[in-house]
Amino acid sequence: MLKTLTTDFELDLEADVLVIGGGPAGTWAAWSAASSGARVILVDKGYCGTTGCAAASGNGVWYVPPDPEARETAKASRESLGGFLSDRNWMDRVLDRTYANVNQLAEWGYPFPTDDEGKPYRRSLQGPEYMRLMRRQIQRAGVKILDNSPALELLVDDDDAVAGATGVNRQTGSKWIVRSQSTIIATGGCAFLSKALGCNVLTGDGYLMAAEAGAEMSGMEFSNAYGISPAFSSVTKTLFYNWATFTYEDGTVIPGASSHRRSVIAQTLLQQPVYAIIDKAAESMRPSMRLAQPNFFLPFDRAGIDPFTQRFPVTLRLEGTVHGTGGIRIVDESCASSVRGLYAAGDAATRELICGGFTGGGSHNAAWAISSGYWSGKSAAEYSRSLGEYKTKRHVKGVGEVGLQSGSDRSQTLATDEIIQAVQAEVFPYEKNYFRTEQGLTESLGKLNYLWQELRSSQVTSDKELIRAREATAMVATARWMYSSAIERKETRGMHKHQDYPELDANLQHHLISGGLDRVWVKNQPLSTEKPLSKIGAAV
Amino acid sequence: MIELVSESRCIKCNICVNICPTNVFDRIADAPPTIARQSDCQTCYMCELYCPVDALYVAPESDVTASVNEAELAQVGLLGSYREKIGWGHKRTSTAKADQTFQILKQMK
Repeated sequence: MLKTLTTDFELDLEADVLVIGGGPAGTWAAWSAASSGARVILVDKGYCGTTGCAAASGNGVWYVPPDPEARETAKASRESLGGFLSDRNWMDRVLDRTYANVNQLAEWGYPFPTDDEGKPYRRSLQGPEYMRLMRRQIQRAGVKILDNSPALELLVDDDDAVAGATGVNRQTGSKWIVRSQSTIIATGGCAFLSKALGCNVLTGDGYLMAAEAGAEMSGMEFSNAYGISPAFSSVTKTLFYNWATFTYEDGTVIPGASSHRRSVIAQTLLQQPVYAIIDKAAESMRPSMRLAQPNFFLPFDRAGIDPFTQRFPVTLRLEGTVHGTGGIRIVDESCASSVRGLYAAGDAATRELICGGFTGGGSHNAAWAISSGYWSGKSAAEYSRSLGEYKTKRHVKGVGEVGLQSGSDRSQTLATDEIIQAVQAEVFPYEKNYFRTEQGLTESLGKLNYLWQELRSSQVTSDKELIRAREATAMVATARWMYSSAIERKETRGMHKHQDYPELDANLQHHLISGGLDRVWVKNQPLSTEKPLSKIGAAV
Repeated sequence: MIELVSESRCIKCNICVNICPTNVFDRIADAPPTIARQSDCQTCYMCELYCPVDALYVAPESDVTASVNEAELAQVGLLGSYREKIGWGHKRTSTAKADQTFQILKQMK
């Protein structure tokens, strides 16, 4: 009932380029494809303009003017942090493209501030304003937007090239199909419904769909990013914790704890609550802080707490691959995946190319979304043009299976909420994901593999459950690629902290590619260019 | 989580229904939208920003529900406070123009 391709589609559309996901990467992709002359449709699970982690937040941007010294500093600063897995050619490309596109935002009317010298300051974007502008720009460029329309599975043709997607409107229940010559996955990362700010639309859906079409992941072991937030709140904005003092309940300072030494906070949280107070921010700075990040103060103002003078409990919320660095493997400068007709951009695509094994929030991710979005849109439009007449004649079929099918051979009804809680129980706890061990990863993988079997043998009984069922499936799949890769990386590099192997191992300076659904696999891939050997002990 | 759709303020435009990233609201004919899936609320405050009449209130607690009193919220100026802070709304200017991030980053060690 849920897999029929020829009937039941209330909306049956054709496009040169289909973009799945309406955050920064998706909108840049759509704009760039449409500007290249392609007919573009963008579909989003939520609403293009408010969806994704950028819209809800303030975003730093890796915006560096083309001054050789500044660029050199920008590149060098993250190489050791990222465990020497990044690629300087890609950094150069991203720095150039980000600079050009952010300047384009200014031309479109984004209200950038000016600094003390009266010069425009373009390293920070207010999320709601930025994404409202992007929506307006892609509409002007002629992109057709389907809001509230999650994609459920990709379509492939007889040659296994990706040829569009099908999905459902989550408010009307009507099903849609878009037959397209090329498709861009810009669905963001996966934060496992942790309620980190703006992250609950990010459940790894694009990874799952791409993998079903045969795409590979890269760097999934770098998936244990956690953001600091007040314990009661969703606002995972960490910049101002640079000026925080972290204490135990009795008020004594926790030795070594800082926003840069989050592992100390995580260790403490395993035993007892942790409190913070932003007391190192000078009186004179405080008004600037309110103007820089109004939403940082929102939960405090509403809870009646003055964060500069009153301490408050904090927690660490999982941001997974949203602020981690793994994602769909990119095979060349066009941002193509390893599957024909399929491109990836933003958090959905691996950011190892510019960040190595460590991102964290903000600037690099914003720059990557802008650049990879721009390139994938351009390349997808070119690819569509290259198909010529062939393009409309293709026979297509959906490639989704788990969490999507019903049938008499499926014994059980899918217990979606239980599956989601079970996968969260393996990826949220600091002792399992932040501080990884061989034994812990093995145990978790056992449970995750069992969950996959549960999903495999269950049926979805109503269309209403379909979207959540696919999200649950995507989260289980993502967690299995994460931990299968993590167990393979027997060292500590980037954000991957392996308790059994606390040192960086120079022999493991390669990428880990992963994939597979019923059978998950992981393999090594050498770095694409010659690199200086990593310095043992240099990684943070 | 979202705790309030003000009956008196709501103009039934249903913008919140359309723009909520996690599909929390349901539209109701000739009535304000209902909070139909409260536990799906991710506490991102986007609905408040897009509500043209400050009829919505998102409590800061993201994992538990909170009880709110509309009259009190209005009195202390919390209805529409985020929208005001970022300068969205009729005759307001976006505060993106006044972003002081450069001042903050100068203080970073």
